[in-house]
Amino acid sequence: MSKVNLNLKKRKVISDKIFKIGATAAGTYVLVVVVLIAFQLVSESYPVWEEEGLSFITKTDWNAVEGRESFGALPYILGTLTTSAIAMMIGVPLSIGIAMFISDAPPKIGAPLGFLVELLAAVPSVIYGLWGLFVFRIYFRDWFETPIHDAFGDNIWLFSGNPYGLDILTASVILAIMIIPTVSAVSREIMKAVPQQQKEAAYMLGATKWEMFKLAIFPYSKTGLIGASILGLGRAVGETMAVTMLIGNATGIGAIPSSLFGPSQTMSSIIANEFVEASPASIHMPALIGIGLILLLIAIVINVIAHLLVTKMLKIKEGAINN
Amino acid sequence: MSSIQNRRQEYRSLFKQNVAKRLLVDKIVRIIVFSCVIIAIIPLGSILVEVFKNGITAISIEFLTETPGSVGSGEGGIGPAIQGTLIIIGLSSLIGVPIGVMSGIFLSEYGDNKLARSVRFFNDVFMEFPSIILGIFAFLIIVLVLGHFSVWAGAFALSLIMFPIVARTTEESLKMVPTTYREAGTALGLTKWIITFRIVISAAKSGMVTGILLSVSRIGGETAPLIMTILGSSQFFSSMDTPMDALPLRIWRLSLLPYDSAQLQGWGAALVLIMIILGINLGVRYYFANKKNTFFRNLIKQRKNVIK
Repeated sequence: MSKVNLNLKKRKVISDKIFKIGATAAGTYVLVVVVLIAFQLVSESYPVWEEEGLSFITKTDWNAVEGRESFGALPYILGTLTTSAIAMMIGVPLSIGIAMFISDAPPKIGAPLGFLVELLAAVPSVIYGLWGLFVFRIYFRDWFETPIHDAFGDNIWLFSGNPYGLDILTASVILAIMIIPTVSAVSREIMKAVPQQQKEAAYMLGATKWEMFKLAIFPYSKTGLIGASILGLGRAVGETMAVTMLIGNATGIGAIPSSLFGPSQTMSSIIANEFVEASPASIHMPALIGIGLILLLIAIVINVIAHLLVTKMLKIKEGAINN
Repeated sequence: MSSIQNRRQEYRSLFKQNVAKRLLVDKIVRIIVFSCVIIAIIPLGSILVEVFKNGITAISIEFLTETPGSVGSGEGGIGPAIQGTLIIIGLSSLIGVPIGVMSGIFLSEYGDNKLARSVRFFNDVFMEFPSIILGIFAFLIIVLVLGHFSVWAGAFALSLIMFPIVARTTEESLKMVPTTYREAGTALGLTKWIITFRIVISAAKSGMVTGILLSVSRIGGETAPLIMTILGSSQFFSSMDTPMDALPLRIWRLSLLPYDSAQLQGWGAALVLIMIILGINLGVRYYFANKKNTFFRNLIKQRKNVIK
């Protein structure tokens, strides 16, 4: 009798242990994958670092012809940074406006609107590309780019170049649309985290709605809103398909952003365009993997900063509620 | 006496001016904020309208079932792409869902230590990794090793996008289950894994299904990792070791062709893809939003009572 019980107990303990080990292994999987990705990218891009050294980051030529191979990542880094920066300039104010509206509207209006904006995130990137290529580009070129170019093109370098619609500005606007759901959803959470008493206090002082935002919400949620925007930046930096379809895909020195209406190329788009054609034997593929490594490092830095800011902000909220 | 009255008058008008100005600023901000919402909704409306308007003319039975015809002829269809998308979704779920669910269980049931905190953090960061990097990774460790493009490589790359989403939603829904459920299980003398699978998970099922379906709709539209793993093809699926087609890849290829007929087919494929993805999204949100109202609200209420 006692022996049977003892066995049963043992079995229980063992099965629980296996379960715990399995769960822990699955949890640790993400850490292993991150380390493996970093290791693979470093080791597979090693030839290009060996060949070009750190000048790989600062060089501007891009030549895959055999015997004359020369690779520099600078134009694509600049392309990524430029498009992301413009996308942020357009997308972040819009998203914060949306978050203000939704956080303040009655739930009957706010919830469906928030849902509609989040549907933007569900539309696949390649469909943004298709729409951008065949619909948005045409209108944007005829109604916005051409008039601006005709008016200022000769005097301001920003608007020089030939507006064709496949350029930095078009790609950036599409990127801006694509980061809106992320930034506005997180900003909304952050604004909700502001204690109700703060808002009430502002109203009690006779503040208008805008003054309430200015006095009570923005100072309190500044860190979180910056975090939300950086999260959007992370999205914009990694976005591939829509950008590849709209940025004009110049290479080498031609890809250095020179005007809003000129073609360029980003890190992810050059990988998407050339990876399959690149031969693993030559230095072309290591160069592309090297660009991938730089992209990964930038993305990790951006996302880590964003998550630290956002979680810090939401923790303050929990603390405030518990007190 | 009169000077006091004068001053009062002056202050009153100053006050009125001030209030008028503040109200004006408030009104302007309201208008700006409202136009932000409108500006954001316009692209969504335009995309949906254009995809439906252009796509519907391309759709026919042949279009949905046949292989693509010769380039620019406008004949043939996207059968292999639809088949490929379904296959790749199935395979990635096969890899991604079990890992994601187990990882979520780890985070919620054993998640009170340093390891779990770093796992949670890296899960969140990993979710935002550029997807093309996951494609390169799958290429390097599967395609390059095997020496040919492989369906498994694509499924592996997509499962990497999938599992953090599943893990986090699983964790969130498991956390909603009151501790009393687990205590009841323990009181019955059940082992922890039986409690987790039979009691906790069955109580949190709808939240987990939501997460899984949302991650499916996310990977269904992914293109970048597929470029270097399954490559795209114009034939129906034949084996795991040959290139395969998928809807996003097909849309990309069609959009690069300079023919009107190809463009039309691209819209048709986009319509099919958006129907699948928005269908899952809307369905899940509508179905579970209603369910949540009764089920999860009760759960939360119970949890709050327990805390009290």
